[in-house]
Amino acid sequence: MTAPALPASDASGTPADRGASRGGAREPRPPLRHELRAVHALIHRDLLRLAGQPTHSALMLIQPVLYLFVLGGGLAALIPNSSLGVGYQAYLFPGMLMMTVQAPAIIVGVRLITDRQSGYLRELLMAPVSRSTLLLGSCAGGTIVSTVQGAVLLGLAGTVGLPYDPLLLALLLGVLILASFTITALSLLLAVSLDRPEIFHMLLGLVMMPLLFLSGGFFPLGNLPGWAHPLAAANPLAYGVDLLRRGIALRVPGQATAVGIEWSGWQPPLLLEGAVLLAGGVAALLWAAHRFSRPE
Amino acid sequence: MRPHAGDDAHTRATTPTAVRTGPDDARTAAAPPVYAISTRGLVKSYAGPDGSTTHAVRGLDLDVLRGETYAFLGPNGAGKSTTLALLCALARPTAGQATVAGADVLSRPDRVRRLVGMLFQHSALDPDLTAEQNLYIHARLYGLRRRHARVRVTEMLEAVGLGDRRRFPVRTLSGGMRRRLELARGLLHAPEVLFLDEPTTGLDPHARVQVWEYLRVLRDRHGSTLFVTTHYLEEAEHCDRLGILDHGRLVAQGTPHALKAAIGADRVLLRTGDDAAARQVVGRTAPSGLPVNLDSEGVSLRVPHGSAWIPRLCAALEAHGIAVHAASATPPTLDDVFFHHTGRSIHAPGPHRTPGDPTPADPAPGAGTAATEEAP
Repeated sequence: MTAPALPASDASGTPADRGASRGGAREPRPPLRHELRAVHALIHRDLLRLAGQPTHSALMLIQPVLYLFVLGGGLAALIPNSSLGVGYQAYLFPGMLMMTVQAPAIIVGVRLITDRQSGYLRELLMAPVSRSTLLLGSCAGGTIVSTVQGAVLLGLAGTVGLPYDPLLLALLLGVLILASFTITALSLLLAVSLDRPEIFHMLLGLVMMPLLFLSGGFFPLGNLPGWAHPLAAANPLAYGVDLLRRGIALRVPGQATAVGIEWSGWQPPLLLEGAVLLAGGVAALLWAAHRFSRPE
Repeated sequence: MRPHAGDDAHTRATTPTAVRTGPDDARTAAAPPVYAISTRGLVKSYAGPDGSTTHAVRGLDLDVLRGETYAFLGPNGAGKSTTLALLCALARPTAGQATVAGADVLSRPDRVRRLVGMLFQHSALDPDLTAEQNLYIHARLYGLRRRHARVRVTEMLEAVGLGDRRRFPVRTLSGGMRRRLELARGLLHAPEVLFLDEPTTGLDPHARVQVWEYLRVLRDRHGSTLFVTTHYLEEAEHCDRLGILDHGRLVAQGTPHALKAAIGADRVLLRTGDDAAARQVVGRTAPSGLPVNLDSEGVSLRVPHGSAWIPRLCAALEAHGIAVHAASATPPTLDDVFFHHTGRSIHAPGPHRTPGDPTPADPAPGAGTAATEEAP
């Protein structure tokens, strides 16, 4: 057995930190850049996991692609373009973008729970940063990973007849980021409120299908029965889908479709809709951070 | 807040901190850097079911010197892990105060966490990432700059002998390698105090030896303070000092040697042709007042310098015509110490003493009871 050799002990944190610690006097709270480094570390972890599991990432893309081409292709023959304003595949596209984005975003919450069970979360909590920072880092990581997945599917825009217009793609990407953020934040809020993964999975199984059907991704929300309209108006996925549709209509007027979200018969302006989605995400993140940072 | 002020005074007066330093509190206050860890009246209570309260830690006074290796012994549920969580500012104490690496756990938990490292009992790595990636992310979490983080990761991987495994996913590493990797992770930010909760549990003897080798290097070359909880008494034997925790209280503290000496005496065991008669003879020959036990093993007693007594006892027995078949003198073990203070063996699974247990080693009257304090 080789004798272990440890490096010189000058390898501490930044030298400035060390100097400060010797004084023992009151110092300011840990600098912001340390918190930012922790956020970056968590994003880095998510990206490494994404890059380290290409098969897993590809598999997660298969479902929306299948829906788009098999379901969309099959139903396109049955549904006349006149009823939707566009071909069914083109109609399905925003919904499938949202479907691609929601899966990795929701996994962030699942991972928080599994991290807690495996003990990894405790390792994270030992880091000298605030708990809110850790939650923010998880949320940022999840948002970025989801957006990357959504961006891959966005590359298929041409197959459903959308032009590769940089402004359109940027607009759609912006909506994907926004929707990823809000879904990730909601998933994290759910995860910090529950401590057993079984309950989380059960809730997801219960809620995911209705959420997707009430998103307006598969059929226009106007066709829903009256009692379902408030549900759709509270569905973050519906806002995401509607924002995508309206973004497309903005740049490609020929692709305009039926009205999506309505608040008791009134269609909110595009920016307000985006703001509502953002506000929902921010509120969920703040609440989650509040619950998460409760001292033991 | 010092809810157990009476106990505190008692503990301080009787614990043998004098072995290393004078236990005078004025000096503690004047020169805090002497201690890596210092607690006064530390209490942690949890609200249990039905409105009851569980007291995990009750009024703990602890002083650990810089550069010292301190072992924490205690039965399961004695409060060891809770104490560790309090000391590394993961949990907030219900009452009392604690200073770790010069920072107060209540007012500067972030500072404490920056200056300490922690190796949890059930530690966790991200199994899908490589050894190197796990360490790099951890270094960044601790606020190291990119370049510095990369340098430290390489250094620490080399230090624990995992340089050739850096690109292996953690799930492909053996248990001993993972433990060493966790140790490397705990050392990335060069902590002043390293907490290790059962660092070698579940490892094979070879891996255990390796982990301790690294710990010893850490202590000898870098003067790191190590605070270890362990179930293995032979590991506690290597520590500078150890404390025995029972029901959330420190029941004994001192160097392994002092604690064993406080139990008193060696155990002298004689196997003779006529044990009953031998007991009478031994009782008359040995210093008066020492209890002489008779059991299936033979005649036994506890006496200081046991081996020096064997010839005398043998001579006396020969004089009475009793044949001596075997004689041995065993110094007290840490298990004896543990048994003496907690009423159970460290290897016994149950929380309470079972009738089948061997008789605890009774301390010789007046022999070094300074180190003992019974739990109520």
